[in-house]
Amino acid sequence: MNDTDSATEIEPGVAAPPERQAAEETPRPKGLGPIGWLRWFWRQLTTMRTALILLFLVALGAVPGSILPQRPQAPEKVDQYFTDHASLAPWLDRFSLFDVFGAPWFAAIYILLFVSLAGCVIPRAFKHYRAMRARPPAAPRNLMRLPQSESYETDAEPDEVLEEARKLLRGRRFRVDVADGADENGRGKSSVAAEKGYLGETGNLVFHLALLALLFALGLGSSFGYRGNVLLTEGNTFANSLSRYDQFMPGREFDSDDLPPFTMTLDDFRATYETQGAKRGQATDYLAKVRYRETPTSPEKSYDLKVNHPLKVGGAKVYLLNHGYSPVFTVRDAKGNVAFRDAVPFLQMENRNQTAEGVIKVPDAEPDQLAFYAILWPTAVATPDQKQIVSAFPAPLNPMITISSFKGDLGLDSGTPQSVYKLEGIGKTLQPLGRDGQKIMKPGETFTLPNGAGSVRFEGLREWASLSVNRDPGRMPALIAAILAIAGVVASFMVRRRRVWVRATAGEDGRTVVEVGGLTLGNPTSEFDDIVAALRGEQDKPGTDKSGDDNASTDQAAGDKASNDQAAASATESEE
Amino acid sequence: MSTADLAELSDKLMLSTVVLYIVAMVAYAADLGFGPRRRAEARTEAEAKVLVGAGGAEVADDTPAKSAATEEEPESRDWGRLAVLLNVLGWGAHLGFMVTRGLAAERWPWGNMYEFLTAIAFAAVSAYLVVMFRYKARFLGAFVMLAAVIALGIANIWLYDKVGPLVPALNSYWIAIHVSAAIIATGAFTVAGASTILYLFKARQEARVAVAAGADGPRLAPSDAAGGFLARVPSADNLDRLALRVTMFAFPIWTAAIIMGAIWADEAWGRYWGWDPKEIWSFITWIAYAAYLHARATAGWRGRKAAILSLVAFGCLLFNFFGVNYMFSGLHSYA
Repeated sequence: MNDTDSATEIEPGVAAPPERQAAEETPRPKGLGPIGWLRWFWRQLTTMRTALILLFLVALGAVPGSILPQRPQAPEKVDQYFTDHASLAPWLDRFSLFDVFGAPWFAAIYILLFVSLAGCVIPRAFKHYRAMRARPPAAPRNLMRLPQSESYETDAEPDEVLEEARKLLRGRRFRVDVADGADENGRGKSSVAAEKGYLGETGNLVFHLALLALLFALGLGSSFGYRGNVLLTEGNTFANSLSRYDQFMPGREFDSDDLPPFTMTLDDFRATYETQGAKRGQATDYLAKVRYRETPTSPEKSYDLKVNHPLKVGGAKVYLLNHGYSPVFTVRDAKGNVAFRDAVPFLQMENRNQTAEGVIKVPDAEPDQLAFYAILWPTAVATPDQKQIVSAFPAPLNPMITISSFKGDLGLDSGTPQSVYKLEGIGKTLQPLGRDGQKIMKPGETFTLPNGAGSVRFEGLREWASLSVNRDPGRMPALIAAILAIAGVVASFMVRRRRVWVRATAGEDGRTVVEVGGLTLGNPTSEFDDIVAALRGEQDKPGTDKSGDDNASTDQAAGDKASNDQAAASATESEE
Repeated sequence: MSTADLAELSDKLMLSTVVLYIVAMVAYAADLGFGPRRRAEARTEAEAKVLVGAGGAEVADDTPAKSAATEEEPESRDWGRLAVLLNVLGWGAHLGFMVTRGLAAERWPWGNMYEFLTAIAFAAVSAYLVVMFRYKARFLGAFVMLAAVIALGIANIWLYDKVGPLVPALNSYWIAIHVSAAIIATGAFTVAGASTILYLFKARQEARVAVAAGADGPRLAPSDAAGGFLARVPSADNLDRLALRVTMFAFPIWTAAIIMGAIWADEAWGRYWGWDPKEIWSFITWIAYAAYLHARATAGWRGRKAAILSLVAFGCLLFNFFGVNYMFSGLHSYA
């Protein structure tokens, strides 16, 4: 990024060790006061060496983010880590290692990196802008010492040769200048200077500036966007408001008025699985059939929500994330009243065959509140030793549940928030009903609880889909920045700046000696040979061929002196 | 042909590929061992063309590696020719394997780790073939074949998976774009890595020869002084430039692969960047290659230091493939 500095100032000491470079380039100020130190610091920050170190630190800093569980992605795994490593975890937490990408030290590294980048790229952009508007640099004194050079004689007048060269180079989209303060027609002067390939440096700058823009887009998204997850069972409707989310992660600047007022009903969820072969049980498709209204008054529309096929509604996007089963239960209490009738979402215990577990809380049961813990096997089969039941397939071919009953106080009135997937106070406020309170059931079966505590009926299965709703205003800017970055890096790798000079002088024998020199940043291209060939084609007379077509030997000769000349040339062009 | 027949054919083609690559590797090694030595002149020519990037960090000084190609005595070309022939045949079988596998599964043939790794090996061999024909870089053959055989060995021994359908998350046209880009970039980075490793050996040898020459007085041409296969690879400068060239080809593709992955992630998971382990390591790999490209254009870092950075980056790339999938649980568990 900061190679302008490096190239100009480090150039003479190519072999110098890096620790010396910085010293050479910016001697430490002595007695310069705070301004001097600031300036020194700024110079240090914008060197390539610092940028390389910061790049390295960003990469290194990202590593723990992949090794340790991260709070924003998997808070439950972080809790698990705290349980497993009770003494180590608090220390790691002190260094924000469970939220590396939100950590102050990580922010410090990337902000320094981007400041370094901006401090280098922005001045360079201005310099490049001036260079694009300035006249191409005048011809060096000895064109034949350039990496690419040719000379020949012609009968055409010097002015004519230069005029033709000017036309030719203009036609090849070079920026052309007739050197040495020529008059408007370019007459009477001896050389033409031409330059093209600014796109390379433009691409380079665009790439780096696009990375800056990408960072801002990410910041914009995380400040003004939001993301929420909701679990929706077939037949249920979700209205987009904060209270309906199971999990909600707003950006810093989020306002609850930002939530578009849509409603959505899950009519049907269908998972398709391979039914035979080695891949039996692998899911091949998930489809959530939904109906939605953009606003409470707008017409209802249907949509097939699938993985890789999100729904856009009111500025938000809705994604299908996960699915599972919600067994439907009817619970009657000791008095015979229906205390509960609903579908209860169960969470997967394993993904392959969708064995799932869940709890049913019946706070309305009287006199005692009732609770149940159940395991669901969508396709129940006995293990080969006949001792256990497992699920053999993810689809509900033979659904069975095992249920354990509890009686007592659910603790819902204590004010402490509870997970709907867990029972609290087992053995304390909530008493298991023992072996008689356990039962394996198929859909449609009713289980009468011991001691007349009531009954529970397993009505059947519905499916649930978990949806992610989010809005990210940084999405589009990030995409544009990313596309610009790629275009920029490709342009900077493919386009090189090329300079061509043509000089025509009257020779002793009355003929005109034409010298053409070329300087390409990077390796020479064949374009130069084409230009020379075209120039000669304009003026060529048989027999005037002096240097011959032996390009190979020319290249060879040019190569030998290239390093000197190129170093000299780069020194002249990089003056600030 | 039924899909079962196609699947069987594809397995047979895989076997042919591995066998052909192994024999090609041996032939390449024989070419390096008994083939013609390089002439010293190629080196001096290349040395002269070093230009410290004056205007753009990314505009680097890659003199075409065509000077790497030097004249060879015709009678000693046999091993090399045989190696190239076997290699191209193996490449054809490899291509046939992927086509038949794709037809058997009725989808793009990179839907699981097995297919992904075999496709990367294919991309590496393809990149090598391009580099060989374009820059006459046959000396890389033995190393690229070795890498391909190792990759295919790992794929077939530990990752083999029968033809099957895609998991729903992968069922998107993005698999053709994002995964292909990742495969191509990885294949090209592998070739750049091979060239970089050779560079480090050759540079050390050249330095030794220079010291020896300084002590002995009369100048010795490096290839005369050095024994072993290093005498038959081009100069360190050319290897370095070849590695840079291939990296400069692969880097924008890798960038595009990451960005297209982000677009796909946005479609599939509802966010374009979520610091999933795969995303983290793709990012680290990208940073490491960016550091290499910058170092390569910075005085004081070019040469050995930049080469080591490039190998660190390649290590990150390998870790992203093997380490991330088997050590961490993430959303990319299938690739």
